[in-house]
Amino acid sequence: MNQTTLLLFVGLGAFLLLATLIGQFLVWKQGKTAVIDNLNQRIYAWWLMVLVLGVAFAAGKYAVILLFLGISFYALREFLTLLPTRRGDYWALLVAFYLALPLQYFLIAIDWYGLFSIFIPVYVFLLLPILASIGGDTHHFLERTAKVQWGLMIAVYCISSVPALLTLEIAGYEGRNLLLIAWLILVVQLSDVFQYVCGKLLGKHKVAPSLSPSKTLEGLVGGVFLATLVGGALYWITPFSFSEALIIALIVNALGFAGGLVMSAIKRDRGVKDWGAMIQGHGGMLDRIDSVCFAAPVYFHIIRYFWT
Amino acid sequence: MLATLLRCLILGLAKFITGARAHGEFSFEQHSKPTLYYANHTSHGDFVLLWATLPAHIRQKTRPVAGADYWDKTPLRRFLIHQVFNGVLISREGNTLGENPLAPLFEALNQGDSLIFFPEGTRNLTDANLLPFKSGLYYLTQQHPSLILQPVWITNLNRAMPKGYPLPLPLLCTLNFGPRFCVAPKTSKATTLEFATTALTALQQDIPT
Repeated sequence: MNQTTLLLFVGLGAFLLLATLIGQFLVWKQGKTAVIDNLNQRIYAWWLMVLVLGVAFAAGKYAVILLFLGISFYALREFLTLLPTRRGDYWALLVAFYLALPLQYFLIAIDWYGLFSIFIPVYVFLLLPILASIGGDTHHFLERTAKVQWGLMIAVYCISSVPALLTLEIAGYEGRNLLLIAWLILVVQLSDVFQYVCGKLLGKHKVAPSLSPSKTLEGLVGGVFLATLVGGALYWITPFSFSEALIIALIVNALGFAGGLVMSAIKRDRGVKDWGAMIQGHGGMLDRIDSVCFAAPVYFHIIRYFWT
Repeated sequence: MLATLLRCLILGLAKFITGARAHGEFSFEQHSKPTLYYANHTSHGDFVLLWATLPAHIRQKTRPVAGADYWDKTPLRRFLIHQVFNGVLISREGNTLGENPLAPLFEALNQGDSLIFFPEGTRNLTDANLLPFKSGLYYLTQQHPSLILQPVWITNLNRAMPKGYPLPLPLLCTLNFGPRFCVAPKTSKATTLEFATTALTALQQDIPT
């Protein structure tokens, strides 16, 4: 872990300490209300996230790859649990969990860009319906195949774009690629927080009432605006200039918001509020990282195209 | 030693793959009296998962009830059911010369053990949610009027461990524990079984398809 990374994590720790103190002060002053409780739970979840990321960063590249392999596993399990499949999908599911998932991360670990960028979208995409057809069950065939393909794209391919950032070789930025991950996750997750806060404080006009009743226009604009500013302010940890950082932050925040909407639409269709119950009161893994899923691959390719 | 190691391994793996968790209104505090944990039965893994979600001190005194016809067949299965799972075997192939097939269960309950029991008698491989209960559950409550009944609905395990396939799939399973109850002495067979069935099916979570 280099000095910039250390500085970033110390800064994050200080911020969270402050937030924790404020949270406890509110409890002491006003007692336990639902809003304060929720706030403190969110602060606790941030501690957890920063801690896990910090440990992985300190342990190095392979630890980060393993961490995201684990995240993908949890996300894929939640996704496929909620979208029912049939007996005929057994082999497709087996390949998804035991072959496609570990192999994708293995390809990233050995830095084989030519294969990890097309392995799931091409080869696994074709293999899954072949396996499903061997199952012999034609009932809802296309729908069932698409569920497994989608699960792999969102939970494995998209999430694996985050550790794939470590494979990029940017001139003058050697040995600092972990910060690309830190910047992305910080900006996108902060955007979620700011959207929540702005929505609670100013929210009036619902942006997508049929998908997600809690998302408001005021929350969206305020959240994306603030998170974009933070992204710009943190340009010094990235290879971007200040204005480039602003533009990229705006892009990933917009994608993150859209990702949240899409994943809400799927949840709504399945009649549930959360993907899972991994952390008490926080839903599942996918509820935490739906915005990162959509932002990460585009972020990866922007950097790869313009900076390498 | 080997059995203990294997037990930890199987329980750990079952929990890791299925993320199994106990949901619902229950507390394990008062489970000092013999309890009959009864559940829907769709997979061989049902009792392992139910067993795995119990707290360790209760698990030690809780024994799965399993069919002798399956588990007595090979030395490996015998080792697993007796040494690893501490199970109670019952014969499902009808009466052998008037001996009560439930006798091993009475014996276990008299020792103060709790049981994991599948009142459908066999795995449900149909599209129906639940098969009609066999009368075993009724006879157990009549013989043991103080027996506590604890219904548990197991969701999704038949997807995670489909019949006839080698490896389990990592899909989330939930075990929904309902309110416990006792059956008053001299309750009729039909009433007992109907009440127990209703208590169990009430625990199904409605996930729209």
